Amino acid sequence: MAKSSLDKKFDQIRKREEEKTFSTKKRSRIVNKFLNNRLAVLGLIIFTIIILASIFAPLLSPYDPMRVDLRSMRQPPSFDHWFGTDSTGRDVFTRVLFGGRVSIFIGLGSAILSAVVGIAVGCYAGYKGGWIDVIALRISEIFMSFPQIILVLLLVSITGQSLFNLMAIFILTGWGGMYRLARARMLSLREEEYVQALRSFGLSTFTICYKHMLPNALSPIMVNITLSTAMFILTEAGLSFLGLGVPLNIPTWGNILNVAQDILILQNYWWMWGPVGIVISVFVLCVNFIGDGLRDSTDPSQQG
Amino acid sequence: MKKEILKLRGVKVHFPVQAGVFNRVVGHVLAVDGVDLDIFRGEVLGLAGESGCGKTTLGKAILRLVEPTDGEVKYISLDDNETELTSLEKKDMDPFRKKLQIVFQDPHSSLNPSFTIFGSLQDPLKKFGIKSKEERRKIIGDLLEAVNMRREYMDRYPHEFSGGQRQRIGIVRALCLEPELIVCDEAVSALDVSIQAQVLKLLMQLKKEKNLTYLFITHDLSVTEYLCDRIAVMYLGRIVELCDSEDLYNNTLHPYSEALISAIPVADLDKQTKRIVLEGDVPSPVNPPKGCPFHPRCPKATDICKTEVPTLKKYSTNGNEHYASCHLIDLPEIS
Repeated sequence: MAKSSLDKKFDQIRKREEEKTFSTKKRSRIVNKFLNNRLAVLGLIIFTIIILASIFAPLLSPYDPMRVDLRSMRQPPSFDHWFGTDSTGRDVFTRVLFGGRVSIFIGLGSAILSAVVGIAVGCYAGYKGGWIDVIALRISEIFMSFPQIILVLLLVSITGQSLFNLMAIFILTGWGGMYRLARARMLSLREEEYVQALRSFGLSTFTICYKHMLPNALSPIMVNITLSTAMFILTEAGLSFLGLGVPLNIPTWGNILNVAQDILILQNYWWMWGPVGIVISVFVLCVNFIGDGLRDSTDPSQQG
Repeated sequence: MKKEILKLRGVKVHFPVQAGVFNRVVGHVLAVDGVDLDIFRGEVLGLAGESGCGKTTLGKAILRLVEPTDGEVKYISLDDNETELTSLEKKDMDPFRKKLQIVFQDPHSSLNPSFTIFGSLQDPLKKFGIKSKEERRKIIGDLLEAVNMRREYMDRYPHEFSGGQRQRIGIVRALCLEPELIVCDEAVSALDVSIQAQVLKLLMQLKKEKNLTYLFITHDLSVTEYLCDRIAVMYLGRIVELCDSEDLYNNTLHPYSEALISAIPVADLDKQTKRIVLEGDVPSPVNPPKGCPFHPRCPKATDICKTEVPTLKKYSTNGNEHYASCHLIDLPEIS
């Protein structure tokens, strides 16, 4: 009887295995799985383009985002000014590029920092339990129950508008969510038998919870980081729109949108607010796609 | 001459039951309620009993994975040094953690899914002073070969293995610091029968090679018969019978053990066995029945069983020591 094609394939595999020529995996599984998710890859590409464009803004645009040019006020989009100019003749495209620097920095920065705080506290408290956990839980509840906008108003009226005030408030109000997520994962993970095994070796709490347990708790946290990046960018835009966020002279996506408060501009000069609105939406969408991809690829229970 | 490796004296593990707004303690689950037990070097001691009788908790209490509420766990080293483990500080416990290890029941949750086998096994080795990576790889590789697996498997992830393989990796983990006593917490219950036999055989072979002592926790008396030198039967947090495994089957003293043994399926159609069917469930360990904890389900219970708690007394069957706690045994007690 002739060998079936399956048999042949198996023989080939066995031969390669015996010769030990099986290519050892160079790319990690997580990267592989992520690359298989088309939407996530698309998100990552656009995300990277927007970030690179913001970083290299001076190379991409000949204009100064702050320079007022009254001779070219409120011009519609043209080859000279891709997104047109605003009421003081500043190039909107340049301002969107430079604004991305601040907005992304605030969004990503506060999301990552609040995640770091939340994870650090949540992992330890969730694993240890007891009074540490109770205290951390209550503190997070106090911060989470406080309305964000009141905190912003308070701080802005005390210290004035600044980028770092805004970030401080985002972190202060944002770590609670991360903490709860990390804690909840740890609570269920600490009953797993591999954790008990590590404890039976007397390994330190630090090694067990941050090195061995944290990677298994990370996938929902990763998603939450991307989601809160998007949320912080939107909140920044919203607060700047209200005039409470970053000082108006610094271009941010929210500050650029600010002009849409004027009904005249909203009706007649769509290029002043349209493009930046689209950029914000696209960026937030991309970040969400990446978050989705990360969740699927980092979830160890889906790697079977 | 038999030498003890562990002496348990009056070990109790009570978990508080909290209720109400202020988490007031309204009672205690008496998971383990006063266990005296000696484990001898080189023996396989079976610990049998139905679900919820506290056998796993007792196993974990020995390793201090669960802190005993009361009682003593004494470790006796090869040169007769006794150390009381429950009162030790966490740090001072380390040298004994090396001697006492555990193999877990569930092969699916006993390995960390995010790490390769080497990745999750190397930290304990690092902690106990094996600094070079090559050496750690060698130790783990050798042990993998000892459990009939390939050396290269150490760079794979847990999801690439079957249940039986994972369990063997669990055994490698328990063995990697060259322990003296291994608590096998239902180590084969989650595997199917053919794999069970394979893993049990492996355990016995390793015991011979490495001079191990096993505390074999199980609810399957047919497994204990095959493996154990002695068997302790637990009921509701207490040991009700403790004897050589042959005596447990041939000269059963406690009615509870009788019921357990009658439940072992026999692969012989002609042999009619008398099944003793126990009524009801294990009583709640939060408030165990007065008197003998077994009396509500015991087919032989009399008035004295309802009022007086029986203690573990020493008898002799076939010239061997045989402990049981029941009022109704008519053998002479040995002091």
